[in-house]
Amino acid sequence: MPPVGAVRRPVAQPHDMGEPMPKQPATGPDGARPPARGSGPAGTPAPGPGVPSAGEWAIETRGLTKAYRGGQLAVDGLDLVVPRGSVFGFLGPNGSGKTTTIRMLMGLIDATAGSARVLGQPMPAAGRRVLPKVGALIEGPALYGFLSGRENLRRFDAADPDADPRSRDARVGHALERVGLGAAAGKKARAYSLGMKQRLGLAAALLRPRELLVLDEPTNGLDPQGMREIRALVRELAADGTTVFLSSHLLDEIEQVCTHAAVMARGRLITQGTVADLSSTVLGSRGPGRLTVTTPDPADAVRVLKEHGLTGLQITDDRVTGELPEADDGAGPPELADLNAALVHAGVRVRGFGTERATLEDVFVQLTGEGFDVAG
Amino acid sequence: MSQAEGVLRRPRPLWSLGLLRSEITMTFRRWRTLALLAVLAGVPVLVGIAVKIETGDGGPGGGGGQGGPAFISQVTHNGLFLVFTSLAVTLPFFLPMSIGVIAGDSLAGEAHGGTLRYLLVAPAGRTRLLLVKYATTLTFCLVATLVVALSALVTGALLFPLGEVTLLSGTSISFGEGLLRALAIAVVVALSLIGVAAVGLFISALTSSGIAAMATTVGLLITVQILDTIPQLSAVQPYLFPHYWLSFADLLRDPVYWDQLQKNLGLQALYAAVFGSAAWARFTTRDITA
Repeated sequence: MPPVGAVRRPVAQPHDMGEPMPKQPATGPDGARPPARGSGPAGTPAPGPGVPSAGEWAIETRGLTKAYRGGQLAVDGLDLVVPRGSVFGFLGPNGSGKTTTIRMLMGLIDATAGSARVLGQPMPAAGRRVLPKVGALIEGPALYGFLSGRENLRRFDAADPDADPRSRDARVGHALERVGLGAAAGKKARAYSLGMKQRLGLAAALLRPRELLVLDEPTNGLDPQGMREIRALVRELAADGTTVFLSSHLLDEIEQVCTHAAVMARGRLITQGTVADLSSTVLGSRGPGRLTVTTPDPADAVRVLKEHGLTGLQITDDRVTGELPEADDGAGPPELADLNAALVHAGVRVRGFGTERATLEDVFVQLTGEGFDVAG
Repeated sequence: MSQAEGVLRRPRPLWSLGLLRSEITMTFRRWRTLALLAVLAGVPVLVGIAVKIETGDGGPGGGGGQGGPAFISQVTHNGLFLVFTSLAVTLPFFLPMSIGVIAGDSLAGEAHGGTLRYLLVAPAGRTRLLLVKYATTLTFCLVATLVVALSALVTGALLFPLGEVTLLSGTSISFGEGLLRALAIAVVVALSLIGVAAVGLFISALTSSGIAAMATTVGLLITVQILDTIPQLSAVQPYLFPHYWLSFADLLRDPVYWDQLQKNLGLQALYAAVFGSAAWARFTTRDITA
């Protein structure tokens, strides 16, 4: 086991981006802080009662690093900024450091170096003030099997110093309804399916109105219907102004609900920015994109598309794909509607027509130069 | 751990009591806790029946003198002595073992089940959670002792005559005063368990396996009990937490011998301070990765 001093950096990234993605300016209010458990309120603005926590970022980390025993870096110099009000997708393969980051943000583990601010306040020093405003689902639900679903929620609510015991029953009932567990609330939690446990974990995060929700793999163990419900719930919460920090290894999940995303691999932040920017970066590097036409007359389609300047035309069964031509000076790329009209005019029967959008999976593969597999 | 600012917010000093109530309710609802209490309640019944059978056909066996078993000879004359006998029988192992189970599982069990992380992000606060866990364990100490005492009292009343109590020093006191002394003894026995509860809590703060913490605590208890009987170790024995446990018998003297009782309580307080601090130091800085 190497000494802690001789920390080995992870293998160099194949595509270590020279320029990071559209990255928000780092506007930390003060300089680097020590990792600070027990560093006390020295550097804390210490707002009075009722003052809303300041700051534009729901989460902001500076050089956040966690080295486990033996010097292996689980998280390496993370500079993450999560804008308030965003639905932020935290993306990476299993073992890329997502959960370790979340645990540091929630004050469950100490950072080896760097600092983290949550809702404008330093963590873990200000945990007592920050955490009541944060709902969290960390690495799957954990329940007391011998208690019913409702009793589990009452238990977690009792641990919250700011929760009012007088409204507990109402809030517990509301949270249960919200995740669709109203009917199963009296059942012992050990009899719950994984999906039900996941819902109960979510309900615990929703016991009170939160400013920030940290959801680590929230759709794990859910069936497709459950996944849709959770996504709808996330959108609903975001519409109410709650910042949602959503970690997942499911790219399409992030793509469907998130406004912003960050990508981690091997403990390092590869990129962060809006989902649209992430997609367009890849699209941009690929030119205007690929057109796909589904037709029973592929040969005719190829001829017509060639006339309109498409290159790299390929036929796979009834699908024809080709690169749209670069925009000429002055003129834009060919109008897709015109292309479609031309095909139809030439007697090509068109079943499907559209351009391929870069998915986050494309982004990920392009950024890391590797498949979306478990990090070694 | 900037607990002080919490006061700046709406002052809610009672919230820790809410968590304590939740913790106590949960502990006493578990089947494991109820099973432990059932076993403890069964011991006086077994002892009472054994004494009844043993003495049914002959004179009382065993000599008087010092030590717990001495009470057994008195049981046939006065059922109240079954309380003292049962406490003397359960104090060396049964009671501390059940405390070891509850204390050992207190933090490690939550860590093992993962519920610890949700309590901490609630946020329960590490110091508060530790205090609540210790307070719950101490509550269990008292309840467990009272269960033994009450079960013994009921069994004794059913099987044997009740009446004036002859103390170890020979004087007699009324049955009512005897009951008071029995209650005082139960409280002293419960207080004797403070040390082992602190040790169990400390071990529980070290690990994420409830079973390992329970086994370690109980193993340690047995080891210490054995060490306490080895004459060559007499130099260290006054510092072992069970050393003065049976001093509760001194409450049955007139006047009461306070010397050993005070030493016992002082030793328990020392253990609570040392192992409580160690548990706090460990638990408030530990990475919660489970």
